[in-house]
Amino acid sequence: MLSIRNIVKQYAGHRALSDVSLEVESGKIFGLLGPNGAGKTSLIRIITQITAPDSGEIYFNGQKLDQSHIDKMGYLPEERGLYKKMEIGEQMIYLARLKGLSRDEAIRRLKIWFQKLGMETWWKMKIEELSKGMQQKAQFVATVLHEPDLLILDEPFTGFDPVNAEIIKDEILELNRKGATILFSTHRMESVEELCHSIALLDKSKKILDGSIRDIKNTYRNNVYLIEYEGEKVNFNGSAPFELIEENKDEENRHTIRIKLNVGATSNDVLQYLIPKTRINMLQEVIPTMNEIFIEKVNQIA
Amino acid sequence: MNKVLLIIQREYFTRVRKKSFIIMIFVVPALILVMTLVIALVAMNSNQLTEQQIVKVLDESGVFAGKFHDVKNIKFESSTQSLTAAKEDCKKNENLSALQIPAEYNKKDAVNIYAKKKPEFALTIEIEKQMNDIAISNGMLKNHIDTAVVHSIKSDISLNSIEITDAGDKKSNIVANIGVGIACAIFIYISLLIYGSQVMRGVIEEKTSRIIEVIISSVKPFQLMLGKIIGVGLVGLTQFFAWIILSVIATKIAGAALSAPKGTMLNIISVLSTIPFGHIMGLFIFYFLTGYLLYSALFAAVGSAVDSETETQQFMFPVTMPLLFTYILSVSILFQAPNSALAVWLSIIPLTAPVAMMIRIPFGVPGWQLALSMSLMILGFLFTTYVAARIYRVGILMYGKKTSFKELSKWFFYKE
Repeated sequence: MLSIRNIVKQYAGHRALSDVSLEVESGKIFGLLGPNGAGKTSLIRIITQITAPDSGEIYFNGQKLDQSHIDKMGYLPEERGLYKKMEIGEQMIYLARLKGLSRDEAIRRLKIWFQKLGMETWWKMKIEELSKGMQQKAQFVATVLHEPDLLILDEPFTGFDPVNAEIIKDEILELNRKGATILFSTHRMESVEELCHSIALLDKSKKILDGSIRDIKNTYRNNVYLIEYEGEKVNFNGSAPFELIEENKDEENRHTIRIKLNVGATSNDVLQYLIPKTRINMLQEVIPTMNEIFIEKVNQIA
Repeated sequence: MNKVLLIIQREYFTRVRKKSFIIMIFVVPALILVMTLVIALVAMNSNQLTEQQIVKVLDESGVFAGKFHDVKNIKFESSTQSLTAAKEDCKKNENLSALQIPAEYNKKDAVNIYAKKKPEFALTIEIEKQMNDIAISNGMLKNHIDTAVVHSIKSDISLNSIEITDAGDKKSNIVANIGVGIACAIFIYISLLIYGSQVMRGVIEEKTSRIIEVIISSVKPFQLMLGKIIGVGLVGLTQFFAWIILSVIATKIAGAALSAPKGTMLNIISVLSTIPFGHIMGLFIFYFLTGYLLYSALFAAVGSAVDSETETQQFMFPVTMPLLFTYILSVSILFQAPNSALAVWLSIIPLTAPVAMMIRIPFGVPGWQLALSMSLMILGFLFTTYVAARIYRVGILMYGKKTSFKELSKWFFYKE
């Protein structure tokens, strides 16, 4: 869908992107992660052709990116905004027409969306009369109305209350099911783990990690398990197939331990070792979060 | 290109549908109507405006008594009262004044007029004129010059100004020319500022509401800037045409309603007919459009460089300077010498031409100067649009930075 090759972008005082390459697969949800200032927005602005890279190329469905691809993208910028004094309906039609929809088609689709999201009564209202959350909803509709092949969402959930965030999330997933490729950008790494198929991590203008979430997590799993048991405290000796990292006990005599498997051992070995000794409530593999992976990766580089 | 049309449409209709726009369309011609009515009334009834004035002439010289002649609303009465008695009378009657002429009336500051109110300018002028005439006639008679000769010498001169043109001599009215020139210059100056700052406000609005990023992910920044400039310009033209049509109707109605005496109206019409309105109107539209395109591009660049309207000051000053400078010169000096070197140069340099040329047009401008000025206007707006677009495309995405001129020039050289 989107092939980003060796993008470099230099601003007056600093380098925003140094030699960033990414592949976004068609029909997938792709997360662009990284702390503030990592270069996410710079990269997005290059994809949406708001700015041009100093060097490097972008291919959209195999073609070199140009003006003709603009109508195939929908972009929700991090800083949201609409014309404050324009009526919602008219404004949505205008934005859709700028993306190449006809007036009639825009109206037809708007009616469907407004009904779907409970916005029917907003048609004649002005943006300044809406709450922040309502404005966000309207802006989301404006972004997706022309049914873009590639949907670029910069921090899509900020500004929504939990209920609306859930609604928007469902809409995004549905658009994805219908075939839209989605490119997310966020600095809240935990928030997209459940949504994304693949991610790329940016830090200080460089890509430091990318791939499918599953692959990344497999790479970074480190055989750490969390176990809870009840009863007397068990003393582990050298015969245990693991190494004890941490041990806790609560008032109801439940013990929680964090362990790291010895090389070659499996979770089954652990259970076999523990079952004769105590009553096990829970055994769970501890998979590092994207945040932890990010911090580990950054530390590795530094 | 289709997208630019959409932007033009939006910019145009959101402004034209505003209540303030519709109100302005009617308010301005209404003002013109009222002004025309007032001027016509004043012209027709000027002699009724002031009440009848009576001047008591206390003549100690014996030269003037009985020789004053009454005019429109001034009546002269010879009196033998003492000055104190006359002054008492004047205290009681506002429209009475006492003219005291001592025997040695020729000395400086010898003649006095007493009245309860400050005597009107027209009254003193009239008295001075009559006294001078009488004194001169008296002097001539004393020197044995025949009264018949004196009368034949007396003259009443007013100048007719006649232009020599290829089509033959043309009578022109200097006052009317100056009036039309100044009116056009003021109008173009105000219009450029009003519509230029509308463009600037539009840019700032898009920037502060942050919709700019959404729009320029659909269109190129240059298309947006161009669409906005053209849209607002069309609003300006719409307003002009509406005003012209309504004003013509309004003055027609006013003229009919007044059923003005034929003499006065004919006089006004004959003066107005010496002014080539079609020619002036055409050039006005040209200079408005090119001047507007030139300045609004600069205004757009200023708007893109700031985060709010309060920050525009430092950039507005250099942008509006040439306009203000020419405007002040035009209404104070240039109209007196429309063909001076200063006026010619100002009417050729694109930044100052829209205002300066308006002053010169009613007096006639040589063809080559007009052609040079007009071609430079076109080159000028192409140039400012190019420069402004390069600053604009960077500026609209910059937030939170205090911008300096140095910064602006850096933006100009940025790559895409």
